[in-house]
Amino acid sequence: MTKRVRLLVGTKKGAFILDSDADRRDWTISGPLCEGWPVHDLIVEPGSGAILAAAGSAWYGPAVWRSEDGGTNWTHSSAGLTYGDEAEPIKTIWSLAATPDGGLLAGVEPAGLFRSDDCGSTWRHVEGLTNHPTRPTWGPGAGGLIAHTIIPHPTDADRTWVGISAVGVFETRDGGTSWEPRNVGVRAEFNPEDRFPVTGQCVHKFAMAAGEPDTLYQRNHCGVYRSDDGSATWQEISEGLPTDFGFAMVAHPRDPDTCWVIPLSTPEEGRYMPGAHTAVWRTHDRGASWICSDAGLPTKDAWLSVLREAMARDTLDPVGITFGTSTGQLWHSSDEGESWRMITDTLPEIWGVEAVVLD
Amino acid sequence: MATVMLPASLIALFPGTPKRHEVEGDTVEAVIGALDRSVPGVRDRLLEAGPRLRPHINVFVDGDPADLGSAVGPAAVVHILPAVSGG
Repeated sequence: MTKRVRLLVGTKKGAFILDSDADRRDWTISGPLCEGWPVHDLIVEPGSGAILAAAGSAWYGPAVWRSEDGGTNWTHSSAGLTYGDEAEPIKTIWSLAATPDGGLLAGVEPAGLFRSDDCGSTWRHVEGLTNHPTRPTWGPGAGGLIAHTIIPHPTDADRTWVGISAVGVFETRDGGTSWEPRNVGVRAEFNPEDRFPVTGQCVHKFAMAAGEPDTLYQRNHCGVYRSDDGSATWQEISEGLPTDFGFAMVAHPRDPDTCWVIPLSTPEEGRYMPGAHTAVWRTHDRGASWICSDAGLPTKDAWLSVLREAMARDTLDPVGITFGTSTGQLWHSSDEGESWRMITDTLPEIWGVEAVVLD
Repeated sequence: MATVMLPASLIALFPGTPKRHEVEGDTVEAVIGALDRSVPGVRDRLLEAGPRLRPHINVFVDGDPADLGSAVGPAAVVHILPAVSGG
């Protein structure tokens, strides 16, 4: 059957859906969806194929949106998305993930995790993470105190990793009852009194290697890392990259040795493409070396930035890579990052990109 | 019965919901609670933890600014208006 590729794009002003055939050269764009709400992340629910959007409106609060017809009609719910009437209100939802046992997880701001077992209609607080003994020490990153990256183990429903800025990676091995910080070996240069604290690392994004659940790649405020022991320890793999900083990271869907990152200049230097030269960097050897790819990308006066959820890969062969900028440009490579084309430069500020292959 | 008038941006979140509702309730909080029974989920769109009105949601009872505890008379008209904010 002919395959199609769909990009789900979350922006500051609604979600957009882009469709193409397997050539991934020509795209149709529909949107803005979700009534123009700011959307941080979108996923497709396994099994049902429903589209879910993590959103938060300045007027109407946080909600998970759901469409079961490819984005035409939507419902939304935030039932149960609360820490209680005495606690700080939840501002928005940053991330969504499907668990291997049919549940959904939502990461929110202020940082915490919620689970749904009814397709997003109702949510319950995963209290073990928020009640972690280190919680009083958690501090926000520039984007707030947010639970962003959620990676469920692909087969072990008791095991999940969550990234919190600027706190670090946490792992549960008992279904969310208890959590352990997993930041050994990760630098926190902004904390000169303790460069390697137990928590306080500014994880920006992490990704699981294909077929190796104990291999994780991490894009941090301070460098890029790999763990070969399920996040117990991390080894820095930044050498060869142009800067220490960046947000986006994706891993290859079949090759555990390959991942892509987009380095940015440091916060003090504006968080732009280094030298205003747009490039995506990839490793094919687990971070031992990095290859710069800029063919087709603007390499002069390109004051662009790419946020943490705004890069995605599809599962075709060759893999397609897409990234969106904070100024509304969407770039795509259909040859695993060798060369790039711009899909559009007229979207709102792009916050999240997801790629799915449809039969 | 109080008359509650909903803004267009809220109606858009609940397709098919009329702009005008007749509901029971002697306070703004009670009126919103009653509204939620006919439009499930609308309370979560208007109130945050506390409960409090969300920061950019304004309520007027018979033309006067109101909060959740404000009294609502049996013939009152309650307008819910999102603030003119954003960018």
